[in-house]
Amino acid sequence: MSKPADPGTADPALAVRLDGITKRFGEVVALHEVSLQVQRGELMTLLGPSGCGKTTLLNLVAGFLVPDAGEIAIDGVRVTDLPTYRREIGMTFQNYALFPHMSVERNVGFGLRMQGVPASQITPRVARALKLVQLVQQEHKLPGQLSGGQQQRVAIARAIVIEPPLVLMDEPLSNLDAKLRIETRAEIRRIHRELDRATIYVTHDQDEALSLADRIVVMKDGVVQQIAAPPEVYAQPANLEVARFMGYRNVLELGVDAEHDGRVTLSGSEIRLTGVRKQALPGARACVAIRPEELVMGDGPGGLNTIVGRVENVEYCGRDSLIDIVTASGVLLHARAARPAALGDEVRVHVPVERALVYPSDAARA
Amino acid sequence: MKTRLDRAWRGLLLGLMTLFVVNVGLMIAAVATSSFARRWLGTWLPEGWTTGWYTAAWKEFQLDWILWVTVEVVFAVVFLSLLIGVPAAYTLARRNFIGKRALMLLFLLPLMVPPITYGIPLATVLYKAQLAGTINGVILANLIPAAPFVILVMTPFIEQIDPNLESAARVFGASTARMFWHVLVPLLAPGILAASLLVLVRTIALFELTFLTAGPDSQTLVVALYYAVFAAGVRAPQSVDAMAMVYMLVTLVWLLIALRFVNPTQLVSRVKEQPLTA
Amino acid sequence: MSRSSARSSIRATLRGREAPVSATTLARAPFDRALLLVVPATAFMLILFVYPFLYGLGLSFEPKEGGALGNYRHFFTTDNLWPTIWTTLRLAVPATLINVGLALPIAYKMRVKTRYQRWVTTILVVPITLGTVLIAEGALTYFGPKGWLSQTLQLLHIYDGPIRLTHNYWGVLISLVISGFPFAFLLILSYITGIDPVLARAAAALGADPAAQFRHIYLPLLAPGLAMCFCLAFVQAFSVFPSAVLLGSPAGPTRVISIAAYEAAFEQYDYSLASAIAMIMGFVQLVIVAAVLGLRNLFYRGPVTGGKG
Repeated sequence: MSKPADPGTADPALAVRLDGITKRFGEVVALHEVSLQVQRGELMTLLGPSGCGKTTLLNLVAGFLVPDAGEIAIDGVRVTDLPTYRREIGMTFQNYALFPHMSVERNVGFGLRMQGVPASQITPRVARALKLVQLVQQEHKLPGQLSGGQQQRVAIARAIVIEPPLVLMDEPLSNLDAKLRIETRAEIRRIHRELDRATIYVTHDQDEALSLADRIVVMKDGVVQQIAAPPEVYAQPANLEVARFMGYRNVLELGVDAEHDGRVTLSGSEIRLTGVRKQALPGARACVAIRPEELVMGDGPGGLNTIVGRVENVEYCGRDSLIDIVTASGVLLHARAARPAALGDEVRVHVPVERALVYPSDAARA
Repeated sequence: MKTRLDRAWRGLLLGLMTLFVVNVGLMIAAVATSSFARRWLGTWLPEGWTTGWYTAAWKEFQLDWILWVTVEVVFAVVFLSLLIGVPAAYTLARRNFIGKRALMLLFLLPLMVPPITYGIPLATVLYKAQLAGTINGVILANLIPAAPFVILVMTPFIEQIDPNLESAARVFGASTARMFWHVLVPLLAPGILAASLLVLVRTIALFELTFLTAGPDSQTLVVALYYAVFAAGVRAPQSVDAMAMVYMLVTLVWLLIALRFVNPTQLVSRVKEQPLTA
Repeated sequence: MSRSSARSSIRATLRGREAPVSATTLARAPFDRALLLVVPATAFMLILFVYPFLYGLGLSFEPKEGGALGNYRHFFTTDNLWPTIWTTLRLAVPATLINVGLALPIAYKMRVKTRYQRWVTTILVVPITLGTVLIAEGALTYFGPKGWLSQTLQLLHIYDGPIRLTHNYWGVLISLVISGFPFAFLLILSYITGIDPVLARAAAALGADPAAQFRHIYLPLLAPGLAMCFCLAFVQAFSVFPSAVLLGSPAGPTRVISIAAYEAAFEQYDYSLASAIAMIMGFVQLVIVAAVLGLRNLFYRGPVTGGKG
């Protein structure tokens, strides 16, 4: 954790700077000394399970909440004490929050009217924003007459038309159905590329985060777990929490046999594995995290990292299959294979050493 | 982040609210004090205390008889309004049919039109039917706002019970009667309780309808109180206040009971603005 | 029945709703016994509400003398009858304006659901429950020339001599406010809390300060509910009766129209005239309500949740 820097030093490259933000709700600590920096033009996602504090953090940046400790700066300006309506932000909400009594045009133009922009300039700017989100010919409709996807676009247009240095998005896709979600995701990516504005995007869906973000902030229980670009979060999760959240469904707690040069050998329950150490291992036991798709059929080179088991369940998923394997000693593993195996078959799987990530075990953690 | 203007405004509103509550509270306290006063003429507190006025009022206004009439009327109204209101609410909540909106408007009208406006023609009709001045007439009159109120309270309540529960019961072999008894009634019980308490409290205080339709031996407590206050010139005000206290006690007791089961705002929800669909 | 309509009808039945009736199914649709449940209530309303109203209307056109419009002519030419409309309006309109006008800002300030709000709503329910008769009696005692308020004001030298707030216009007005304000407050509060607070946040994020949030978001969305509240409060105030008698001076300054109707029915036993006065009373209320609701139609009438609820 970096020590809180002097908020007075306005760093022109930073769109948002959070230093040591702590927020409590009664006894519950929603955020614990969170520090973040968002670069100009960057799309940063806050990712985590519900209750991790990501929405609280977004609300703090927006100004709906006041932090108990720490400082917030937007575009180099200290805003910690500033009410929402004086911060330069654009925001979309989970249920869109379109003003039901205003037409699409008046909804989108609302922020400009609040800024005192003359009407002659509002109309073309609104038209441009609607064109950007590909929603023309709907200017005079009321929100109630639009579909969910269309309402989402209006919400986005409304947020960006005021050209804020920072855009906040609170789970914009969670109210859409699966197909619409993928389409709108592509839209958001395209709009972000065109506008190139710093964006903080909150989601609990890792696919969204992976596909949209320049950097992902993984959070749990009010603490930042990892800040990294998507490929790194995906392939090199910083700790077991992040690994579990990012889909490393196989977590085996084994005894540590030896450790050398970053490589760890572990064994237990009739399994021997060699993996890569991701964090310091204080105890005699450690956890190995393996992605199902990296548990490959067949023996490893020289029999290394090979596990034998019986197929207990097969789920056909089209392009591959989810296979549940149980070893002789009762350990359950999840694997993905291109070809489905038959129930009851004996199979041999292995994992490359680099893809077996070793973390301290839960019990050993202080 | 609060400006001084905002704080001043807030203070003003708070002050008005406090003024209102304090004055109403003192008003009630004044009645209470007077009812226990031996003599009270223009001083801060009475010259002496007594409970004698209560016994005087009890005899003078025949409160035992009046209370009995009130109990009869109120419980009859509650029972009958539930009897005709709950089934109607069920149909309105579960079915769509031609003329449904007109029917709903019909049921809403007695709650929107003040009692005295329709009370006078009603009294005329009851007089012709020779029900005016009898306790049955009073019960019928009080039913008019009570039944729609039950419908108004129960309809959204029934709407929020999952209709799949009824279908599930049928799938598992329940006949209509058994489904009704084992599934619907237990689920409806809290709503029925809430509706009964609300009707009860409202009927105790409903003045105009009983006033226009009651005879000398079918007056409820509130009407008797009115007459007592009306003729207060010839009576000692303390006995009237004693009677007022009895009325207040009866009302407040049932209000407190009701508040354990219902939200205070339900007492006044006459017409909740329904969001109109596009 | 086509396959799709059969499927939708099965689905609808499983959902417990009547299937959408198409022309082909109408002929074969079984009679829904649930509809019978609503018959007693409907019959009751028709017999005891609609019929007396129609009967009264007809009766009002059958005066003791003077042809069909005799009652109405009598009303508008008699000196202690037609001014009652104005007298009642003089009480009802200010009372409603005060009630709604005070209820709006106070309810707005209290829109956040706190324990404070719960306490206040519970306390405010008391005057409503107690009813107008008790309020009248309480006002006579408290606001009377020898009551506590009078004594307090004299003690603080704000006013010299006994105050005159009872047995006149002011007493009735006070009583109308005491019984009417809690009602207006609770109703408006329920409308305000029905507006999604996220809308105000969205407005704030777009640069609207609290005053702008009220002006552009809450007020337009409240306008329909406010109009409704005004109508209900007005109708309630216009039909004032026991307070006008007990707390006012029914012979003159507070001779409201309900008193005129009552007297015609129960003192003169002229039911025809009484019905006519009741009709006039209802008519005046209808005119004002229609005017207010007509104004409301200039505003938005749609749902008050933001976006896909």
